[in-house]
Amino acid sequence: MKRRLLIALFIFGSFFGSTVAFADAATEAATAADPVAEKRLQKLSEELRCLVCQNQTIADSNAELAQDLRREVRTMIKDGKTDKEIVDFMVVRYGDFVLYRPPLKAITLLLWGGPVALMVLGLFILLRYLRRRTARINAEEHPLSADETSRADALLKEIESK
Amino acid sequence: MNRYFWILGAFAALVALLAVGLGLNPRDVPSPLVGKPAPAFNLSVLATPDKTLGPKDMQGKVWLFNVWASWCVSCRAEHPVLVEFSKNANVPLIGLNYKEVRGDGNFDMSKIPADEEKKLAFQRAEQWLAQHGNPYTLTVMDIDGRVGIDYGVYGVPETYVIDKAGLIRMKHTGPISPDVLAQKIMPLLAELNK
Repeated sequence: MKRRLLIALFIFGSFFGSTVAFADAATEAATAADPVAEKRLQKLSEELRCLVCQNQTIADSNAELAQDLRREVRTMIKDGKTDKEIVDFMVVRYGDFVLYRPPLKAITLLLWGGPVALMVLGLFILLRYLRRRTARINAEEHPLSADETSRADALLKEIESK
Repeated sequence: MNRYFWILGAFAALVALLAVGLGLNPRDVPSPLVGKPAPAFNLSVLATPDKTLGPKDMQGKVWLFNVWASWCVSCRAEHPVLVEFSKNANVPLIGLNYKEVRGDGNFDMSKIPADEEKKLAFQRAEQWLAQHGNPYTLTVMDIDGRVGIDYGVYGVPETYVIDKAGLIRMKHTGPISPDVLAQKIMPLLAELNK
């Protein structure tokens, strides 16, 4: 019962959310006549962080500042600015934090390299574990080497023959 | 035994890392503007709308630039600190009234024409300062928030310390507490005014 309610809520939520997003997109599309420019605006907005809501892009966010920044980007596109010029405009004012893809710098080295380093460490630990495990299983299954087995057999035979 | 020691150590390191991370203020985004010239503007002055003011007019002085609006709740919390500061300050405190009308959220901007918005903004700003006290040497009106974007404003109130050469030396996001004023801003002002 509880589960069904949750599922219903989830479906309702996603439906409601999508209609809101759609309505917003529709009003903005109406203000822009040029579909190419609008596509660029959409793409750029998805690269830029809204500083008020921090974990949303200015494309997703409906905060005042995000609206202002979208308007700003739109004006710059109209003025024929390149994508790089527009992104630089934002970085000069709000810093690297405004970029959803932080640039590779000394200060972001851990951010970019961290996951790779962790994976390499994980692989190393896994390999070491597997190697030891194989060695242990081998030792359990074949506790004696072939040479030792034949010697043991010989000894057993010697005892039996006595 | 040795093995548990390592796991425990790794766990403790993770906890320490997260504890430090939680202690940081995510709003405290370092401003790239520190050390750069204060972006130019030329905006109408609140008390005398036919006059304008820009950073060029402040050249040769150390000054504080404080972003505020009547709808901004944190600004109200900060206000007494600024009023107290202005009583015995030896540096000008310039206010930037940021999006007084359109920032409010209680107005349907599609129904308010530009000249109406301007009139309303001046009116509201005057009224707020009359009610809560006016610590500002002058306030300039950024009605559409365009100058705010140049200054990287994202959380009103914000305060900038600008030196004699017109360079931004410090930016504080959020309300100025008496502690911030006494420990960060006042020493910097004293140093810059030497």
